[in-house]
Amino acid sequence: MGEPRSQVSSLLSVCDSTTTSQPDGGGGDVKDVKTQPHLNSEAGNFSTGASAAFSVSTPPPSTLPGMSFHGSTARLSEARRVAIFGGTHGNEMSGVALVNLWIKNSDDIQRRGVDIKPFIANPKAVEKCVRYVETDLNRAFTPENLSASGGDEFPYEVRRAQEINRMFGPKGSPEAYDVIFDLHNTTSNMGCTLILESSKDHFNLQMMNYIKKAISPASCLVLLNEHPLLKYSTCRSVAKHAVGLEVGPQPQGVLRSNIFEAMRVILKHALDFIELFNEGMEFPPCTVEVFRVNERIDYPRDANRNIIAMVHPNLQDCDWEPLNPGDPMFQTFDGKTIPYQGSCTVYPTFINEAAYYEKQQAFVTTRRETLAASSIRKA
Amino acid sequence: MDVDEPVCLPRLSRIAVCGGTHGNELPGVYLVRDVLKLQRRASEGEEDDGEEHTSMLTVLSNPRAVQQCRRYTDTDLNRCFTLATLNGPTSDSPPYEVLRAQELNTMLGPKGGPGAVDLVCDLHSTTANMGLCFIAYSDCDWICLHIFKHLQRRMPDTPMRFIHLGISGKESYSLDSVGKHGFAMEIGPQPHGGVRSDIYAVMSAGVRHMLDWVGLFNSGAVFEGGWVDVFTLVKNIDYPRDSKTHNITAAIHSHLQDRDFCLLRPHDPLFQTFTGETLRYEGGEPLYALFINECSYYEKGIALSLARKRRLAIPAIRAQTEEEEQADERALTSEEEE
Repeated sequence: MGEPRSQVSSLLSVCDSTTTSQPDGGGGDVKDVKTQPHLNSEAGNFSTGASAAFSVSTPPPSTLPGMSFHGSTARLSEARRVAIFGGTHGNEMSGVALVNLWIKNSDDIQRRGVDIKPFIANPKAVEKCVRYVETDLNRAFTPENLSASGGDEFPYEVRRAQEINRMFGPKGSPEAYDVIFDLHNTTSNMGCTLILESSKDHFNLQMMNYIKKAISPASCLVLLNEHPLLKYSTCRSVAKHAVGLEVGPQPQGVLRSNIFEAMRVILKHALDFIELFNEGMEFPPCTVEVFRVNERIDYPRDANRNIIAMVHPNLQDCDWEPLNPGDPMFQTFDGKTIPYQGSCTVYPTFINEAAYYEKQQAFVTTRRETLAASSIRKA
Repeated sequence: MDVDEPVCLPRLSRIAVCGGTHGNELPGVYLVRDVLKLQRRASEGEEDDGEEHTSMLTVLSNPRAVQQCRRYTDTDLNRCFTLATLNGPTSDSPPYEVLRAQELNTMLGPKGGPGAVDLVCDLHSTTANMGLCFIAYSDCDWICLHIFKHLQRRMPDTPMRFIHLGISGKESYSLDSVGKHGFAMEIGPQPHGGVRSDIYAVMSAGVRHMLDWVGLFNSGAVFEGGWVDVFTLVKNIDYPRDSKTHNITAAIHSHLQDRDFCLLRPHDPLFQTFTGETLRYEGGEPLYALFINECSYYEKGIALSLARKRRLAIPAIRAQTEEEEQADERALTSEEEE
């Protein structure tokens, strides 16, 4: 029947700049979300980075539960039960508006052979239009929290996490939902970003490849967070396939039409993919460019933990553009520049996300990588 | 009024710069907390040369809201400065912000009284794409209008507008109404809970130029008259809402988003419903749109505000000399005696 795909023996990391394919650029409705109004211009211009540090890796042909190889095509179970979460953070308005719309009228999210459930994950936070009431729901799905027994002494979001785990999980079990889409907004100029939690999830990789091609020339980048220290227990991790969707820039508590529209279009393509997959379409092998989370960078702080500098104007709004050693990174309140002192070019993102000040994060750095996904087909 | 003679106004010997009136509007919080404290310390250390210096107070208006990075904890502080709220009886457990407003009134006021600070500059940021705005109750407070003109000249690259609230002084409700003169300095676009270096730089420059102007004014400079375009608020428009849940059913139309101070004409696109329909402006008069999609106004039922623009003539002004001030005081005293 043929051998599984051979694997590249090690990760190659090239720090010197070499030309590679550019991050997706170009116009189109989805791309326009990155237009940031500036004080001195009608609309900000986003220029894609020219130089790149990249590495190539092919995942070893390991199997996930429910996955088997026939020749080089992975056979996966159908995705029958899908959920769309909005309001995991109560002040990230696009997801709240979309989910409320679909709860009222689900026409746009009907697909043959799939049960799609729109769901408001944190209704108390949504009602108060805050990120969370007691603790961040999107950090609450730890094994300890999910297995804890007790009642009112736990924060609201921990109890809610347990309830969500009962409704859509249990996490890690065969009864869990097949896919959860988790809708988020960011104050960062990230455009449309899909968030991947595992480089070995071929179903997700194929879906993301499908979405990227469907919206081209508009761009949708993929952020991979598999970092052992920086990854966290998300709401969506309850499902077998967790897909985060982050669209910005949008202030907390604000609903922008263009951002709302971009998110709606991406979900439409995601659901189309699932429908096609369930109907038996085979998706050939593909490669997916991802940005792998590398390091979290905090603001400079004084002895009392107060922030003493801001993201530098040269870095502000430049999500996904290369940040080279020596480039301006922060600017103190009295105008001094603090440069980036890493050893290698990186790709920053989540730049100046307002919700992350309390999480000690000014931005994360990422490295570019190309992941290979095997061909997939329903079992 | 002789048009050639500058209007003489009392010197501004006490001014207050306030930040964090809304706890999640961070540029003002950082400016007041860090930078202005340093400036104040530096100027306090200067030699006493016998001249009267302006005293500047820096105030973190709502420390509890700042600590929680929220607009307010119980109620919007910047609506608590009506005379009724400041002087009225307090209930058994008054909202935190009502008590704080009364404290600030003691510190900077009392509002309407002779001991109030001469000028209050209250720092705000907005998610709307408004550039730098002065917001004032009066369209004939020459001090505020001249400060605005001065900033326009010194910061020509920054889009700058003067917004007049068009309500009487008796109905004033915000912190800046506590001083004898006052205005809010509002800068956007800035997401709440964060600080952008470009927004901070503009706010910092704006405050610096304002302080420079106050110094020049107090030392007797004459400021020529001229013209200022003033936007007077006429009305607010709310989002379309679901009659049962009261949730909004549309967002600001993408053609209008970020176009603060554009002229909105009858039938121009206004909202885009979640099902893709365009709703249009049905007013009879073209008006200027502002505060477009300011997030904290959702709960106040405001999607955007509408204003008329007019060109206002402002006279030349200068500060009263010491002699003129003393003459005024003598006149006041003798009036009281009569």
